[in-house]
Amino acid sequence: MPIPLVKPGAEIDGYTIGECVHAGGMATLWMVTHPGIDTPLLMKIPRVSEGEDPAAIVSFEMEMIILPRLAGPHVPACFGTGDFARQAYVVIERIPGTTLYKRLPDLPLPYEEARSLVARIATALADLHRQNVIHHDIKPSSIMFRDSGEAVLIDYGLSHHNHLPDLLQEEFRLPYGTAPYMAPERLLGVRDDPRSDLFSLGVLLYFFTTGERPFGEGETLRAMRRRLWRDPHPPRTLRADYPPWLQEVVLRCLEIEPGWRYPTAAQLAFDLTHPDQVKLTARSERLKRDSLSVAWRRRFNQGVMQPRAKADVAAQIASSPILAVALDTAEGAPELNEALRVTTERILATLPSARLACVNVLKLNRIAVDRTLDEQGSNKHVDRLVALRHWATPLKLDESRLSVHVLEAIDPAAALLEFAEVNQVDHVIIGARQGSFRRTLLGSVSAKVASEATCTVTVVRPPRLAADAAEADTDEATG
Amino acid sequence: MAASDALENSPALAHLVDVPQIGFIGVQIAFEGGGCVLLAVFSDIHGNRQAFDACLKAARARGAERFVLLGDLVGYGADPEWVVDTAMELVAHGAVAVRGNHDQAVNSSAETMNAEAQIAIEWTRGRLDTAQRRFLAELPMLVEDGDRLFVHSEASSPQRWHYIRSTADAAKSLISTPAHVTFCGHIHRPALYSMSVTAKMTSLVPKTGVSVPLLRGRQWLAVLGAVGQPRDGDPSAAFVLFDTVSCEITYCRAPYDIASAASRIRENGLPPWLADRLSEGR
Repeated sequence: MPIPLVKPGAEIDGYTIGECVHAGGMATLWMVTHPGIDTPLLMKIPRVSEGEDPAAIVSFEMEMIILPRLAGPHVPACFGTGDFARQAYVVIERIPGTTLYKRLPDLPLPYEEARSLVARIATALADLHRQNVIHHDIKPSSIMFRDSGEAVLIDYGLSHHNHLPDLLQEEFRLPYGTAPYMAPERLLGVRDDPRSDLFSLGVLLYFFTTGERPFGEGETLRAMRRRLWRDPHPPRTLRADYPPWLQEVVLRCLEIEPGWRYPTAAQLAFDLTHPDQVKLTARSERLKRDSLSVAWRRRFNQGVMQPRAKADVAAQIASSPILAVALDTAEGAPELNEALRVTTERILATLPSARLACVNVLKLNRIAVDRTLDEQGSNKHVDRLVALRHWATPLKLDESRLSVHVLEAIDPAAALLEFAEVNQVDHVIIGARQGSFRRTLLGSVSAKVASEATCTVTVVRPPRLAADAAEADTDEATG
Repeated sequence: MAASDALENSPALAHLVDVPQIGFIGVQIAFEGGGCVLLAVFSDIHGNRQAFDACLKAARARGAERFVLLGDLVGYGADPEWVVDTAMELVAHGAVAVRGNHDQAVNSSAETMNAEAQIAIEWTRGRLDTAQRRFLAELPMLVEDGDRLFVHSEASSPQRWHYIRSTADAAKSLISTPAHVTFCGHIHRPALYSMSVTAKMTSLVPKTGVSVPLLRGRQWLAVLGAVGQPRDGDPSAAFVLFDTVSCEITYCRAPYDIASAASRIRENGLPPWLADRLSEGR
């Protein structure tokens, strides 16, 4: 066992130790500086002396292998690690501010504030899951926010990386984590389902909007196991004015069976960003918990207890993408809209958990003041929403998988690109405008979307007919 | 720290000292001169020239500087001469090679094998000249390279050719050696195991192309897939790259001309299943 080298003024691998800013049960945090690195830095050092919880070492090993492999604004940047042979440490970016834990005295928060906070956390989780990591300790003290607004997830000591050894696999006989937030399947030893994080985030959303923890604070295994069969009190019983859409979202996150929750964090973020598009089910109206007979049936007939194959995080996320189809219901050619529907149908057929956003851009004039009402006096915006739903009807999609959006913008391509970015769309389906005169005049929306989008874009054209061929010869590159 | 104490006290060192008495040869080498070395490790080449050639090219293209052959150079495949000659040349230039059960069977009829393997080994025996057979006979059972151990089957009793099928098998191998990383093959299916200082086990089916840091403070057993006869459902040839400084291991796959390798097996009258299984990877 090396003598701890850590004290203010000491130097480890070029890092000069400053003040100790936190001394927790598992680790201590120190401010450090390094010549050539301007970012404020923190060094995290595990407690490994005799008598300490062996979990501290294993958790620290997990952080050491996961942190350097993460990227993006939703995680602290990692600058270096040192192993147990000499002095174990990780050096990470110091995120200014405090964790969400500091907000606990303010609970319950206004619905709008909680919605915005949790939408941003869901976006961060989606990014983490796409990097093949399940956090497994989502709770207020693991969450911070950057000045720019993005949520940052910290503390990866209990995390699971789908492509790296899970050192916690056999380390503990009992599930390890924060009791009030732990998903029921975790109690059965399941560590490879990203939807466990959605359950924890549901607990946080419930707590932040009602001021009560849905499963109490019990830390005994017996108290924790109740969540395997007992559902929480619907939030509306705690706050009479609880919005039905919010109860729908919260209770969907807190479903006992992972398959009944949102399939991905991105889809949860989508609902939290579009509360008016949340499909309300019986969940939203529930005023009491399931009857005791239902709960007892669950208790003695547990689906989640059935043996299951190891899940592949990436495959699960890939099977539940967000698709956006851009439609011109007002001026688009019927055959193009039909071709778009055929393509969309084929893509959806392979993806039973995908959700579809139908998007139409209501083009605003650059100069003239637009009027909401058209010449006949009907509301253009509402008309378009109706037309989008009408287009989607033959797809026979469950309402919870479908949403319709009318964007108002001067530049349709820019509006579609922004929609795709904000809503973490995985795949855009867009028609190529056929009329060459209009395209020459206006520029191609689909070409701009296809070249600038950060996701996959499918450009659709109607079936090629012999009669069109001659015309097409004079009309070079389409789209 | 506690880890090294536990390792010092493990029975493995004594076991290695006993090596000559139980009939196999252990060799100690110092592989690198202290600098960064990227090792390419190959196991179960099994006379498959096309697969071995593709792996060597892929490993060199990724910057591999030193080579390790984990045994079973021959058996099953139809180009044992080329594979053994290539191995001899690599060893002459500093590569490490250990003995596999098929290599041993070439020179000993005591090895028991299934019927197809037996037919292939007898055919192989007739193909190799004296120098090639002597090279196989003189391969060490295991090689220690600093805190790494190379062995064909597993470390607890290499001469018994046990397979690593489970975490229990892996634990048995790991507690018998102080090595930080043990590399083995034999089962033709890639896997990665680790044991903590408190003897808790972890297992992983490694993902191709993802580098995994093998943390110090725990021991690791890297089981390699086969170069010449993969059996994990992926027919491409398997090998491993290991960075001796960062201690990161990467399981790699190289596509190769399976049709040629299979038709060589058929042309030479070897059991047709040995050709058919190559395209299925089982």
